[in-house]
Amino acid sequence: MEFNGPSQDAVFTDPKVIGKSTRRIDGPLKTTGTAPYAYERHDVAPNQAYGYVVGAGIAKGRIAAMNLEDARKAPGVIAVVAATEHEPVGSSDFNHAPLFGGRKIAHYHQAIACVVAESFEEARAAAAMIRTSYESEDGTYELAKVAPGAELEKGGWGDARSDRGDFEATFGSAAVKLDQHYTTPDESHAMMEPMATIAAWDGDRLTVWTSNQMINWGKESLASILSIPENKIRVDSPYIGGGFGGKLFVRADAVMAALAAKAAKRPVKVMLQRPLIFNNATHRPATIQRVRIGADKQGHIQAIAHECWSGNITGQDGENATAQTNHMYAGHHRMTASYVAQLDLPEGNAMRAPGEAPGHMGLEVAIDEMAEKLGMDPIEFRILNEPETMPAHPDRKFSERHLVRCLREGAERFGWSRRQAKPASLSDGRWLVGMGVSAGYRGAPTTKSAARVALDGKGGATVTTDMTDIGTGSYTIIAQTAAECLGLPLDKVSVVLGDSAFPVSSGSGGQWGAASSTAGVYAACVELHRAIAQKLGIDPQTIRFEDGRVIGAGKTVPLSDLGELAATGEIDFGDYKKGYDIGTYAGHFCEVGVDRYTGEIRIRRMLAVCDAGRILNPLSARSQVIGAMTMAAGATLMEELAVDKRFGYFVNHDLAGYEVPVHADIPHQEVIFLETLDPYISPLQAKGVGELGICGPTAAIANAVYNATGIRVREYPITLDKMIDRLPQV
Amino acid sequence: MRSFTYQRAASASEAAAAVAATPGAKFIAGGTNLLDLMKLEIETPTHLVDVQDTGLDKIEDTPDGGLRIGTLVSNTALSADQRVRRDYAVLTRAIQAGASGQLRNKATTGGNLLQRTRCPYFYDPNMPCNKRKPGDGCAAMKGYSRQLGVIGTSDSCIATYPGDMAVALRLLDAEVETVKGDGTARSIPIADFHRLWGDHPERETALEPGEMITHVVLPKPLGGKHVYHKVRDRASYAFALVSVAAVIQPDGTGRVAFGGMAPKPWRVEEAEAMLPQGASAVVKRAFADAKPRSDNRFKLALAERTLAGILAEARS
Amino acid sequence: MDDRDLAVSRRGVLAAGAASVAVSQVPLSRTEAAAAAAKPAQQAVRLTVNGKSHDLTLDTRTTLLDTLREHLQLTGTKKGCDHGQCGACTVLVNGQRINSCLSLAVMHQGDEVTTVEGLGTPDKLHPMQDAFVEHDAYQCGYCTPGQICSAVAVLDEIRKGIPSHVTGDLTGKMQPTNIEMRERMSGNICRCGAYSNIAEAMAQVAEG
Repeated sequence: MEFNGPSQDAVFTDPKVIGKSTRRIDGPLKTTGTAPYAYERHDVAPNQAYGYVVGAGIAKGRIAAMNLEDARKAPGVIAVVAATEHEPVGSSDFNHAPLFGGRKIAHYHQAIACVVAESFEEARAAAAMIRTSYESEDGTYELAKVAPGAELEKGGWGDARSDRGDFEATFGSAAVKLDQHYTTPDESHAMMEPMATIAAWDGDRLTVWTSNQMINWGKESLASILSIPENKIRVDSPYIGGGFGGKLFVRADAVMAALAAKAAKRPVKVMLQRPLIFNNATHRPATIQRVRIGADKQGHIQAIAHECWSGNITGQDGENATAQTNHMYAGHHRMTASYVAQLDLPEGNAMRAPGEAPGHMGLEVAIDEMAEKLGMDPIEFRILNEPETMPAHPDRKFSERHLVRCLREGAERFGWSRRQAKPASLSDGRWLVGMGVSAGYRGAPTTKSAARVALDGKGGATVTTDMTDIGTGSYTIIAQTAAECLGLPLDKVSVVLGDSAFPVSSGSGGQWGAASSTAGVYAACVELHRAIAQKLGIDPQTIRFEDGRVIGAGKTVPLSDLGELAATGEIDFGDYKKGYDIGTYAGHFCEVGVDRYTGEIRIRRMLAVCDAGRILNPLSARSQVIGAMTMAAGATLMEELAVDKRFGYFVNHDLAGYEVPVHADIPHQEVIFLETLDPYISPLQAKGVGELGICGPTAAIANAVYNATGIRVREYPITLDKMIDRLPQV
Repeated sequence: MRSFTYQRAASASEAAAAVAATPGAKFIAGGTNLLDLMKLEIETPTHLVDVQDTGLDKIEDTPDGGLRIGTLVSNTALSADQRVRRDYAVLTRAIQAGASGQLRNKATTGGNLLQRTRCPYFYDPNMPCNKRKPGDGCAAMKGYSRQLGVIGTSDSCIATYPGDMAVALRLLDAEVETVKGDGTARSIPIADFHRLWGDHPERETALEPGEMITHVVLPKPLGGKHVYHKVRDRASYAFALVSVAAVIQPDGTGRVAFGGMAPKPWRVEEAEAMLPQGASAVVKRAFADAKPRSDNRFKLALAERTLAGILAEARS
Repeated sequence: MDDRDLAVSRRGVLAAGAASVAVSQVPLSRTEAAAAAAKPAQQAVRLTVNGKSHDLTLDTRTTLLDTLREHLQLTGTKKGCDHGQCGACTVLVNGQRINSCLSLAVMHQGDEVTTVEGLGTPDKLHPMQDAFVEHDAYQCGYCTPGQICSAVAVLDEIRKGIPSHVTGDLTGKMQPTNIEMRERMSGNICRCGAYSNIAEAMAQVAEG
């Protein structure tokens, strides 16, 4: 079905299951270790062998020679697949860097071999016996050096450049001006489950049990990478140990497992070893951002520009940190531009809220700085500049936007009135204490999504779709949607996900999964309603579903009487959305303490107030937001892939060197969902929140550090070494 | 990981004899660092002698009022011992500042002293490293060195000793008791236990091949206020940027040792004599010969400020 | 080029600013190759896992983690890093939590191992497992078994009076406060960021 206008289905006007805080239906499996992840599926294929991947030891150049003999002779070794003996594999629409094959090395730890052995220990030991010599080439590894020559972005998801009015002239003559640069480092997804795949061939048919967010993309990619027809490939990924964008695409684990299984003539399992992942897989590219804001003395923004420079291995598709700026603040004269340089670092690609996550780290600190210049409270400054329609495209109306409420209600709840406007004026023992705020914006995209809903003839129903649950709670919201539409209690609905044999869904990414996949389940339920009505010989418009029964035309029929009836449906979203700016919005608040002696920064409190349409399952949606706030804390205070500018790789390539937040870093976090509905987004009027949560807490933390200390660090992460010379005398 | 044979030894002398007699042999106790490095083939023993059955898991009182800690006493057990908590609180604090609960349950007193550096170039076998492979060169020297050493380093190596417990042991003037392969025992002052890198960064301690730590002995308690302040980017489960162990007496005198700065716990007795004059004087003296790099120069200011915080709290 | 560059380039690795330089790694020496080609050492070990005794003969290199996951097919215990840097592999050995990735199976002769599967089952959850579901103290679920094993052990460690980095009075009684639990759980990384909920689940169990 096509969704062509504001939602009006009565099934969601007084929901009984949707919108209620609901324990995850997969919770008992996850908490008992019985949910099967990719590498653990001993039962799916007999006689699995172990593959171990070898990564390149240089960043750029060619393999001169590989000595494979020691490895081939090593105990337990079944096969060795080596780059020098294999043509380059194909590419896909989703990969920028070569995945395997041939002598050319495009980045450090690019896969160059896979050793297959009877045991993991034997495969690992034999992999270490492969000796490779290289011809190195000079590479380009330093964004700051090449940024000045970078070109306007090609291939990105957002607008590479946008102009309205005359920014330069208006900014030049503005009464109050800010012109600042901000930098964000390369970041790693660092999901807890390493990329992993079991691959098995049955003749020319390939099955991969893997860990992937986008099943259908994965199938399409594998087909083009391995040059086999799509219909010969099955991808199965029912449980995914975190993705954050790092598992949107087929990576070396799946490619190497497939090639190794072919060479070994038996199923092969491959898990990328943790120290390989940071350079072998994708990362969020670093950015250099320039924000200019010009306002009148009363604080009305007249001119605003946000420019971003990033790099990638192709010189295209960078990290467009300007993405939110076209949506956020009023200002007639404006400009955004995203420039991308070619770098020989590993492949940059999507990580949670690509563009917007680092974009807020620039823009929302600039707003804080501007408010201070104007002598205004940063919340009042934001509210004064709240636009009536999308600021970069004034013809586009907001579908639903309650950003001002997010800020006002958040301020009330957080005790914002206790904030001292003058920085460094509050302390608690040895701690300097400060508060910060940020607005948050993340787009609310939707994409077509299908599902199949089947009655089991016993009063229950099963939903099947290739949708994935990467921790987002898809299992449960899909079950809630089907339960609501079919008038069933939740425990009568079972959900099977992640198999490419099922109808193609939106998949999980870009914050589109929840809204799109539940709409797809709704579409399937509408089809099933029709089938039921037809079977009962009544008008589908007149039936309703309650307590496991169909009611209509004077009849009441238990669903268990209908036999095994099934229907497949797909939601598609019409062009009407182009006339609207559909987004999600938040007010983010943070209080930090900064040790006056050491400069150690510790978060004391965090609050997010979110406007994201209907919240399908407040329990798991809240977890999405606090999880994103935690990742934001990492991005602000510690996470940085350190680039070795000589050797061209990320030096701190393990979980000891790349620090992400631990329990001790994260205090109690509070989340408030405004009870908003957005009829323009989908039949369920619901939007995603998983990326909204990382858009803004970063800046709220940074602004709190400034409020606590009076020290503004514009190079993330904000670590004590960047403040120590400016801390108070002791 | 290369294949190895494995045996258990029933006593320290048996273990030492076995390691001394077997080329490529190593002791294993908790294994938390050794196995980590074996997986990367940074350590490649051909034989492991497991010392867990040697009975050296007790903490005994010594006649002169100190404690004799068996080498197998876990970090958790040592830090939780009531005598340690009461009389050597800086040791409990230092141990609890390190690693995680899981690692502290396995890590042993002797093994923790032998923990190897966390320099990221040491950990990446593709990178040249004089410690991993003498004469190979040092990739860290002009590389990413924010975590690395500022003093006591050499032109061969700028890595640090990464542990916390040893910083407290250095402050307490502990002695390390060992047994060699031929059965002879000796006692090594903790000050002499860890070596400066010099031209041989692959030699990290005073131990001879086949020599096994049996005990760590603490002299009688010092009294005073015990503090261990470990500074790091995240709040827990991270190696120190800088750590400061201090015992401050009511009269303002005391002892101070620094972690995260050097190839060994860094304590300069002439510098700590200046404690009554304040943190600046102590750190200036202790780090007079520092050779920081641009991205770890901050450690000097950080050490001074951390110590200043300790002194301010000790006085209050 | 100064001495330090020379030190680096001795091995032929590209030094800053240098042009194309070949990098080579020597093959295994003859003795190394001979050792590597030999059949890996095996050793017998007896373990009790979740109350069930197992007699195994294993490659000595096999970690406790891989023994559980690959040999006993108890895949509830997770491999997140294999280097003691994440805590996903946490199990209880003789009642104490350890990282099973940094322990060889042969070092556990006669030991009693409890994994997440031994705490409860989907139909009969352990109180900590139930509290995790109730507080949504997980997302992707991959670190969850390790978090739960650690959480159970942490409450036990607090009861036994083992101090932590954040304990104020080292000689006083330990309390399961929010900050105590957060510090003690810090060896279990959750990239999904369920920390705040995990602390609440633990508080619920601690209060009984």
